[in-house]
Amino acid sequence: MTDNVLSDDTLYNRALYINTQYDDTLYHKRKKPLETFLLAAVYGAASISILLLLGIVGYVFVKGFRNVTWNFLTTVTSTLRRTAGIAGNIVNTLYIVILTMVVATPVGIGAAIYLNEYAKPGRLVDLIDFATETLAGIPSVLFGLFGMVFFGEVLGLGYSLLSGALTLTLMVLPLLIRSTQEALRSVPDSYRSGALGMGASKWYMIRTILLPATMPGILTGVILAVGRIVGESAALLFTAGSGRLLPRLEGDFLDNLGRLGHKVFDTGGTLTVELYLQMQDGKYDVAFGVGCVLLAIVLCINLLMKFLAAKLG
Amino acid sequence: MKSQAEAFLTNSIYINRKRKAVVERAAQTIFSFCALFSILAVASIALYMVLNGTPAIFQVGLKEIFFTTAWEPTAAEPKYGILYVILTSIVGTALAVLIGVPIGILTAVFLAEVAGKKTAAVVKPALELLAGIPSVIYGLLGLRLLMPIMYKLELALFRDSETHRFTGGANLLSATLVLAVMILPTVINISEVSIRAVPLSMKEASLALGGSRIQTIFRSVLLTAKPGIVTGVVLGVGRAMGEAMAITLVSGGSVNMPMPFCSVRFLTTAIVSEMGYSSGVHRQMLFTIGLVLFIFIMFINLILTKILKGGTKGA
Repeated sequence: MTDNVLSDDTLYNRALYINTQYDDTLYHKRKKPLETFLLAAVYGAASISILLLLGIVGYVFVKGFRNVTWNFLTTVTSTLRRTAGIAGNIVNTLYIVILTMVVATPVGIGAAIYLNEYAKPGRLVDLIDFATETLAGIPSVLFGLFGMVFFGEVLGLGYSLLSGALTLTLMVLPLLIRSTQEALRSVPDSYRSGALGMGASKWYMIRTILLPATMPGILTGVILAVGRIVGESAALLFTAGSGRLLPRLEGDFLDNLGRLGHKVFDTGGTLTVELYLQMQDGKYDVAFGVGCVLLAIVLCINLLMKFLAAKLG
Repeated sequence: MKSQAEAFLTNSIYINRKRKAVVERAAQTIFSFCALFSILAVASIALYMVLNGTPAIFQVGLKEIFFTTAWEPTAAEPKYGILYVILTSIVGTALAVLIGVPIGILTAVFLAEVAGKKTAAVVKPALELLAGIPSVIYGLLGLRLLMPIMYKLELALFRDSETHRFTGGANLLSATLVLAVMILPTVINISEVSIRAVPLSMKEASLALGGSRIQTIFRSVLLTAKPGIVTGVVLGVGRAMGEAMAITLVSGGSVNMPMPFCSVRFLTTAIVSEMGYSSGVHRQMLFTIGLVLFIFIMFINLILTKILKGGTKGA
């Protein structure tokens, strides 16, 4: 090895030097400032979004978890003992969820089946699609106003859990229709022609082939709808009101059943409504406690969805 | 055994022809009724909005409602001008979209194009969670977290001003920021889906022509994904326009010109915060405000269906 032969390292360094002199070549493009800025903006925006999420969830849990005690979850707010409790609101939320889903699920699935299996493309289907789309876009305050007038005043239900649930039925209907339709669309046509070809009637085919095949999709829609109901507040404030009492259970089983049934005509505030009212009163500790419980529910619903999606493949 | 055979017969396709026809017809009828339910719901909502929203217009007069700005429904001589309320909703929504949409689209770009598979697999579900958080919680955070900061900012900015009425942080800007955060999930989700749907050939073509990664993303991918992104933005506008509970307490209590540091009232927050104690013409006016909001939302919906129809025609 002699001195006048250049080593590989030196060669590389020289090449690099030459390239930096002519840095507009294809192989050595100059990083333009605008590009660097845009890439930074992409990373910046993503970090903002993620920090927001972490901040929101973290702040609510830090501020709220101390208030979520066993008593808080299982008793009703008492001014006498000066304790706060949300048991009544939890029960109200359950009532609203169950009542709404009992009415909305069959209607939603039925509508999707009609649109996908029976209807021929045309004016009517366009109109139904438009109506469903519109229904999905109407803000919850307006559902609240409508529910207050129609279910509350015209049908005479007043401020009641039933009135709230019927209002929410309209609200979650598009969600259920869309998710069921999507599930129906993913069923291959060969399933249908196979069943029909073997002599099955249409309803028989739907009942025994389509519905089982679409069950996971329908379930996804149902869980999404439950999440929507749990988080809803504006539509319930004017329809279900803000009661926070537990149904009083005493005496024999049938009496209790009657009381539980009759509760649908009573006013009742869900967790979100309670959070809003506490916040309005300036009782932020209780509000954050309720927020904690709500976030926990939302998290569970999300995990359930992930689990279902994984099962679907 | 016998009951099993019976069950088999009633459930099977060998059921007698007459009964089968009846069952078939019944099923179809029930399903059609279910489908008509959406139309019925929208029609009755529209009907009741108009029925309850118009009496006040006749009583107060179009001119006072839409072209004056004083909103004093409980005064001895009540005034029902909602011009500022309408303007607040428009300005607030526009500002929220202006802040939220760029962040949303860029985050979608990050998820679909920049981030690695593993990072995206962690970040995406986390951001989906953002969509599920109830709006009252956004309101609570706006009230406890954002408002103190805004108040400090306000104190610093208007220290020497003698005309400024301090809002304690409950102002248009606070409400706008809350709205901007709330439309993020919608914009991110729909933009990401449409960016991912851009065919690989589009990217390959741009890269083959010597475009850098950033050039490819911003000049080729985003342009192709534009219809989907616009859909996301319009949905975001609808969401911001209709949101009530999250901004009721952070937007302040009085009706003012929509300036960043003014206490303002949106169409939605007027309904939520006044419905409880209103009566007579005041209550009817709140329904008129509801009707105005309904018209805005219907307009946004129409734009949306136009875009979606145009999208399917192009495809």
